[in-house]
Amino acid sequence: MTAPDKPLPSLAAAPHDVVIDVRGVAYAVDAHVVFDDLNLTVRRGLITGIMGPSGTGKTTLLRLMTAQSAPDRGTVQVFGEDLSTLSSAQVFAMRKRMGMLFQNGALLSDLDVFENVAFPLREHTDLPEPLVRTLVLTKLQAVGLRGAANLMPAELSGGMARRVALARAIVMDPELLFYDEPFVGLDPISRGMIVRLIRRMNEALGITSVVVSHDVVELSAIAHDSYLLSGGRVVAAGAPQELRESALPVVRQFMEGSAEGPVAFHYPAPEYRQALLAVEDR
Amino acid sequence: MNTALTEVLFTRNLRKLGAITVFCFRMLAQCAPALGRPALIINQIYNAGARSLIIIMLSGLFVGMVLALQGFDLLQRFGSEDALGIAAALALLKELTPVITALLFAGRAGTSLTSEIGLMRATDQLTAMRMMAVDPLRYVAAPRFMGGVIAMPLLAAVFSIVGLFGAQLVGVQMMGVDRGSFWSQMQGAVGLKDVMEGVVKSLVFGFACSLIAVYEGYYAEPTAAGVGLATTRTVVASSVLILLLDYVLTACFL
Repeated sequence: MTAPDKPLPSLAAAPHDVVIDVRGVAYAVDAHVVFDDLNLTVRRGLITGIMGPSGTGKTTLLRLMTAQSAPDRGTVQVFGEDLSTLSSAQVFAMRKRMGMLFQNGALLSDLDVFENVAFPLREHTDLPEPLVRTLVLTKLQAVGLRGAANLMPAELSGGMARRVALARAIVMDPELLFYDEPFVGLDPISRGMIVRLIRRMNEALGITSVVVSHDVVELSAIAHDSYLLSGGRVVAAGAPQELRESALPVVRQFMEGSAEGPVAFHYPAPEYRQALLAVEDR
Repeated sequence: MNTALTEVLFTRNLRKLGAITVFCFRMLAQCAPALGRPALIINQIYNAGARSLIIIMLSGLFVGMVLALQGFDLLQRFGSEDALGIAAALALLKELTPVITALLFAGRAGTSLTSEIGLMRATDQLTAMRMMAVDPLRYVAAPRFMGGVIAMPLLAAVFSIVGLFGAQLVGVQMMGVDRGSFWSQMQGAVGLKDVMEGVVKSLVFGFACSLIAVYEGYYAEPTAAGVGLATTRTVVASSVLILLLDYVLTACFL
């Protein structure tokens, strides 16, 4: 277990192995500091888990890595390119090499399942219709939803919507795949299915994956590298096993799901008794 | 205090006007690429136009009927009931049709556009498109905007036709105005310029209403309340702008 300024040997990577390199990133929303000197790397062909309590900026980090937001300070390099130097057209070109699974699926509500998965192919390629059909059905088969091809997004359960979104995310065979809280709100069967799918995508297709989640058990089962975020920076990095064995209080609190520890469970508030007695104020 | 408040309001509105202008140019730049997917535009013409037909036809009918009643009452005082056809046609073509059609369009199609795009934003669909390297301005905003601009004059034409039928129904069938006078006087007095005034107004109103509806949806706060507020702003801003533009355009045509 290591503090961010002393990276673990397991996370040290040769430059050509690094797909994403976040260096000295600071980011604030109005007066609220989200990141302060954030450093991490994502290695090629591996699953990198980014963990942390809710509100710690995990989704914001994904936005920075995908050029949806720009850091106030520091650099984010993806595929060796500094995102801040890219034009809008170059960012769009780079995104063709990426896929992203949104927390809610973000399926296009006016298209059925088949057309949702076919959407990137229709927009970026001139493939003949039979080939589009074959590719879409192959991806839907991979996520177990070939039979749901004609359903509309409103007819899908949360788990099904996320699997369709995963099929859409991989239909262009991306090199890099982002997962934003892929396990939230799923039943155990869907959750297990998503875990296996993420692992299979990585093993079968060699896709570099970045999984943002606060589900320790699921993420530990599939991640090769893990980062724990807290207080605007990486507080621990290493293989999931190393994080589990860490003696750092903040890591132990998160891995054990304890309310007591350096990360406050309660939002800052006046003293409890005083608040209960002050009937005129909320 | 009042000066400060005025300055704040002025600055805020000026900033919003600037934002809409920038959005407008960015979206117009995406209209040509969007033409490559005509099915999207046709779909939006159907959504904004065909789905508004019932309300437009019903309103047109009653407006034409009321116009005939009021017109007959006024004209018979001067013994000029035969001029009812001209009065109804000019009032409809030049003024009532474009304005009422646009107001109905803002309430029916404009709110639908804003809430649809706002919900797409709230459910990350616009972000998902960007992440798939697809510009939502091209795929979502431009087709809806063009659909609205094309649908408005078509709806106005339907409004005028049904309105004239309503006027004829009341004037000729109920009030006893001579059918020949009604139509022939209308044919003789209504020129291409009068028709064009209505067409130009419809196009301008269609542009303004569609732009506001798409802009408000595109930048709606991604919450239920935010989408609701954006929808309200669409109706209010469109209605005021329609009446303002109507005055300006009428002054230009006179």
